[in-house]
Amino acid sequence: MTAESADDRPPLIASTRLAFARGNEPIFGPIDLSLGSGQVAVIEGGNGSGKTTLLRILAGLLEPTAGTIAWRGEVREPWRPIAGDIALLAHQLGLKSDLTPTENLALVVGLSGGRAAMPIRAALAAVGLEGFEDLPIRRQSAGQRKRAALAGLLVTTASLWLLDEPYANLDHDGHDLVDRLIGMQLRRGGAVVMTSHGHFAPVALPFERLTLGGAA
Amino acid sequence: MSLLVAPTALLQHDLTLAWRRRAEAVNPLLFALMVTALFPLALGPEANQLARIAGGVAWVTVLLANLLSLDVLFRGDLEDGSLDQWLVSGQSLPLLAGARLLAHWLATGLPLTLAAPLLASMLGLPEDAALTLLAALALGTPVVSMVGGTCAALTAAMPRAGILLALLVLPLMVPVLVFGAGAVEATLTGLSPLPALLWLASGLALALPLTPLACAAAIRISAQ
Repeated sequence: MTAESADDRPPLIASTRLAFARGNEPIFGPIDLSLGSGQVAVIEGGNGSGKTTLLRILAGLLEPTAGTIAWRGEVREPWRPIAGDIALLAHQLGLKSDLTPTENLALVVGLSGGRAAMPIRAALAAVGLEGFEDLPIRRQSAGQRKRAALAGLLVTTASLWLLDEPYANLDHDGHDLVDRLIGMQLRRGGAVVMTSHGHFAPVALPFERLTLGGAA
Repeated sequence: MSLLVAPTALLQHDLTLAWRRRAEAVNPLLFALMVTALFPLALGPEANQLARIAGGVAWVTVLLANLLSLDVLFRGDLEDGSLDQWLVSGQSLPLLAGARLLAHWLATGLPLTLAAPLLASMLGLPEDAALTLLAALALGTPVVSMVGGTCAALTAAMPRAGILLALLVLPLMVPVLVFGAGAVEATLTGLSPLPALLWLASGLALALPLTPLACAAAIRISAQ
């Protein structure tokens, strides 16, 4: 989208005629999506239009019915993320309620290969959880849990973030925080794919819009 | 080694979690002690009669105690999105599965094995047979964790799979039960427990490389 990302480097992730069907019922597709470093794509659509399904396919959790996914120009079949390259923020945050944010993020760092992009405490401070680092997740609010999961994105070195409804459960400051984090990810050369039911999108950033049909 | 960073982090995470939930984690052990205590009460304290069936009783008890903790081994991780994070991480899934199975054995199988002398004395087993029971449990409980954990990964996406899991796991555990109880029986009748223990050891050698692979495949299916 910007001048420097339009060079001859292959896109970070590209899908070719990606489609998904449940039984005989087509959910979406075919979709051609190409995302380079420094770019944001927003997947829009109503409930049941397959936004989360598309995100799970891009994350390698679900097999598409048709089509392929290429990572840095190389088609991989079946598509499986390369260690530490992709971070996912899903509705289920993947946090253990009996553990503290610090302990939860220690596993995030471990799963991304042990190299943290920033210290855990700094990441927690950056999302506004200073003073809550050692309080078990079960005693924190839904918004604070979401913030802890967002801190998980910051500690990874992933070049692609897949965000499922990142604005859900967050207050107004939280929305700004998500925009700020996405900005940080783009500045460090990463890319972001996020879903949104239409009301929210990164305000200050240029983004590509992908609208899924279905029951919109 | 960088390949082991993620499984090590997961093991540490699981053990921290088990420690945080320790009131829950000791339940299988308490269950095993409780059930074992029922046998002298039900059959009368005649040492001979008890000792004759002690090996079988101890093993059945240990198997059932393991079942209690197996059902939730992957279910919680599936529901809270942790398994998605394992898969997206791109780390070796069999190694992550292996770390989880090891954590299960450390939290469940190991305490049950260490409780063997206690179980043996409750059932009136002589000292040499108690030692055999300890050895048999040390070799057999890892197999229970690994095979049982693999079945648990397969049923993680099914609601209320507790009974189904038991129906799936218990038949697979018959060889472990037969050789485990057989080892104790052999010691009691003055024979060598070694053949039975070697069978258990070979089962362990087989399960060690194979179950993490099967478990990883089961996780991938359940997470879809």
